[in-house]
Amino acid sequence: MIADIDLALVDWSRAQFALTAIYHWFFVPLTLGLSFMIAIMETIYVQTGKEEWKRITKFWMKLFGVNFAIGVSTGIILEFEFGTNWSNYSWFVGDIFGAPLAIEGILAFFLESTFIAVMFFGWKKVSKKFHLTSTWLVAFGSNLSALWILVANSWMQYPVGMQFNPETARSEMLNFWEVLLSPVAVNKFLHTITSSYVVAALFIICVSSWYLLKKRELMLAKKSIILASVFGLLSALFVAFTGDGSAYMVAQKQPAKLAAMEGLYQGKEGAGLIVFGALKSGANKNQEDNFHFKMEVPKMLSLLGYRKTDAYVPGIKDLTDGNVERNIMSAGEKMEKGRLAISSLSSFKKFKKSKEEIKADSALQVFRANSQYMGYGYLNDPDSIIPNVPITFYSFHIMVGLGALFILLFMVTLYLSIKDKLDGKKFLLKLLMLFLPLGFIASESGWIVAEVGRQPWAIQDLLPVAVATTHIDATAVMTTFILFAVLFTVLLIAEIKIMLNQIKIGPKGGENV
Amino acid sequence: MFESCSYLFLQQYWWVIVSVLAALFIFLTFVQGGQTLFSALSKNEEEKSMLVNSTGRKWEFTFTTLVTFGGAMFAAFPKFYSTSFGGAYWVWIAILFCFIIQAVSYEFRKKPGNFLGSKTYETFLYINGSLGVFLVGVAVGTFFTGSAFRLNEMNQVEWLNNTRGLEAVFNFQNVALGLAVFSLARVLGSLYFINNIDDDVIYHRSKKQLIYNTIIFLIFFLTFLIQLMLKDGFAYDKGGIVTIEPHKYFHNLLEMPLVLIIFLAGVLLVIAGIGISIFGKNKKGIWLSGSGTVLTVFALFLLAGFNHTSFYPSTADLQSSLTIENSSSSKYTLTAMSYVSLFVPFVLLYIYFAWKAIDKKKINREEMSDSEHKY
Repeated sequence: MIADIDLALVDWSRAQFALTAIYHWFFVPLTLGLSFMIAIMETIYVQTGKEEWKRITKFWMKLFGVNFAIGVSTGIILEFEFGTNWSNYSWFVGDIFGAPLAIEGILAFFLESTFIAVMFFGWKKVSKKFHLTSTWLVAFGSNLSALWILVANSWMQYPVGMQFNPETARSEMLNFWEVLLSPVAVNKFLHTITSSYVVAALFIICVSSWYLLKKRELMLAKKSIILASVFGLLSALFVAFTGDGSAYMVAQKQPAKLAAMEGLYQGKEGAGLIVFGALKSGANKNQEDNFHFKMEVPKMLSLLGYRKTDAYVPGIKDLTDGNVERNIMSAGEKMEKGRLAISSLSSFKKFKKSKEEIKADSALQVFRANSQYMGYGYLNDPDSIIPNVPITFYSFHIMVGLGALFILLFMVTLYLSIKDKLDGKKFLLKLLMLFLPLGFIASESGWIVAEVGRQPWAIQDLLPVAVATTHIDATAVMTTFILFAVLFTVLLIAEIKIMLNQIKIGPKGGENV
Repeated sequence: MFESCSYLFLQQYWWVIVSVLAALFIFLTFVQGGQTLFSALSKNEEEKSMLVNSTGRKWEFTFTTLVTFGGAMFAAFPKFYSTSFGGAYWVWIAILFCFIIQAVSYEFRKKPGNFLGSKTYETFLYINGSLGVFLVGVAVGTFFTGSAFRLNEMNQVEWLNNTRGLEAVFNFQNVALGLAVFSLARVLGSLYFINNIDDDVIYHRSKKQLIYNTIIFLIFFLTFLIQLMLKDGFAYDKGGIVTIEPHKYFHNLLEMPLVLIIFLAGVLLVIAGIGISIFGKNKKGIWLSGSGTVLTVFALFLLAGFNHTSFYPSTADLQSSLTIENSSSSKYTLTAMSYVSLFVPFVLLYIYFAWKAIDKKKINREEMSDSEHKY
């Protein structure tokens, strides 16, 4: 079924989306987290009236502004890319997917863009309270925009509240609240925004550590580290909690993703959770041992995924070949049913056109009976339902490992900063600065797990990416990929250079605060 | 409340909303128009700084309106989204590039170590204000002139021109609209500077630019309008069958008197705003011309989509043409979205108050010398 699809086109379309999304995600976490921390700083200023907090607020706000601009810049393409590069997808699910994007624009973007002008330019033009309210509204606006796009993304991972309409050849929404409040959406939203807060807290700690190393802006640095450590610690703990919820949802709704995350080629009862390990290069589902080495917590995967220590966790082999004993249908069987759904849909439309109602009804019944497997009908190979295991496995373990490390880090920085013991600890301060890139790596890894892990699906079980693309020459997409790669790289370099300069300049041209 | 509305009513309601967003967007292109006037209106850095900071405090409204327009189109008319964006690939990509480079330019332009230099960011702003706005006008032109595409039984688009949308630039009527929108943006930009900057030098130079750009605008707008009234249009009947109807858009104006009134009122307001600014000392012309722009563009969008007119016609296969009835979301989605649309007046209200608070004091040279956050 996918034979007539240009795989180079699919690959370039995926590569372009991945590129633009990864770039965009370098800036979003800082926007989401910094906006709240700045609002907290300004609240302290308004409450206490201490000018130092105003200067601290303004300094971080300046860095926030640099980051925000490029976040907006890299964000616009993502919305329109659904149309330009994934037009079949846009039609297939526009009835459901479009709504959150529109709501995001109406409810969140305007809130953010209106009050950000007050936040930056209103210091001498509006009252303190109006300004503070504006700062909080920017924080809520940016986080609200994250809500809607994450609801849309969650729906792609777990399509609920809809039904396929054979007349219009698209999925249509049946229940808005099911889409908004699906457990996958709730978990994803909370997990993603709090993980962003962690990255933003690491950013503040990194910059402040540099000031301490240079023995500059000492008061700003110390106060900022305390605030960021508290904010970061609470966020990191919440990330762990929602991470558990997310993994549980993956186990229920996307078993192939879970199997890839854990490199679980063959299913087992009482499966262990791998803490770390190295996959063999030729790892496959017919091999008993696919690891060079691994360290695992016994039965933990079964417990986390199914809330029972002896629960059976399906492996890749179960999902592709089926397992009658465990009542798991093979991918091949699903593909047969999917093909039946596609051909009966085509017959239904043909009979409808020729006004042969009885035949149309009968084709419709066959379609309805098999429609849940429609996406499988487009696949050629049962093994194609499995995402890239090494990428998913390593990304997942990097994310989890770093997440745990961040909890420890925030505890240490909180303790040392409260006791005022960070001064002069050169090695530690240098080490703290290294945690910022690690924060970005963890954050991007999370998205790689989510997106690579759900391949080959654009919409889980319903629409493979190969069918979702716009029919266009692959060279056109390759060209735009290169253009975006060059432009975004140039802008990223500019952003980093500006940011470093602004940090070097400091809150008041270098004088101590 | 919305549940009891008919499907057609909801489709029309959402066409009205996207038309309002499109109209607001064109009004807000005063930012883009202003960006193309930076060099013409300034002779030194201080003057340029006033101009850049003046539009720099508003660029996000234009940007956000464009993004919201895209989102609303996706939600309410997904077949347009998939057909036009996927089909006319290069035009939309070019427009997006023009807006991507705008978003960073204000913030980065004057920052130390900005890697590309101030001139580059100013060029980015110029490209955004000229090419970006021109292409938006060209893309909207295809709502009236059509494009060569076909939809299959799964509603997947097959674009029949290898240039994937760039062919729109070779249609004179599209180009006329593109240039009309571009010069209108410069007219609005001049009016905005007159209103927003408290400086005699900028005032007089803006007034001169206003005159030049009004002449260019009138030439291209009237060219587009006359062509529109004379051309054949794409009508559809109750069964959804699309046919060519001579002078369709002229008929639409006559058959929808309210739209005619809105259109005429809009044009008059645009002219009035320009008139009081050129011939008098009134600095509030932006509000008249701005309101006029909103009404005129709103009326043009109603002409494109109402009265059984295909708003995105296919010149290659008439029956693939998009209408508000065959391209919309389901009734359920439109209903759910309609509740969200009730927030729009609230959004407009807070924008008004925030805007008023920021503009309470006009930009002047003094502010540029002591402002902490400036572009």
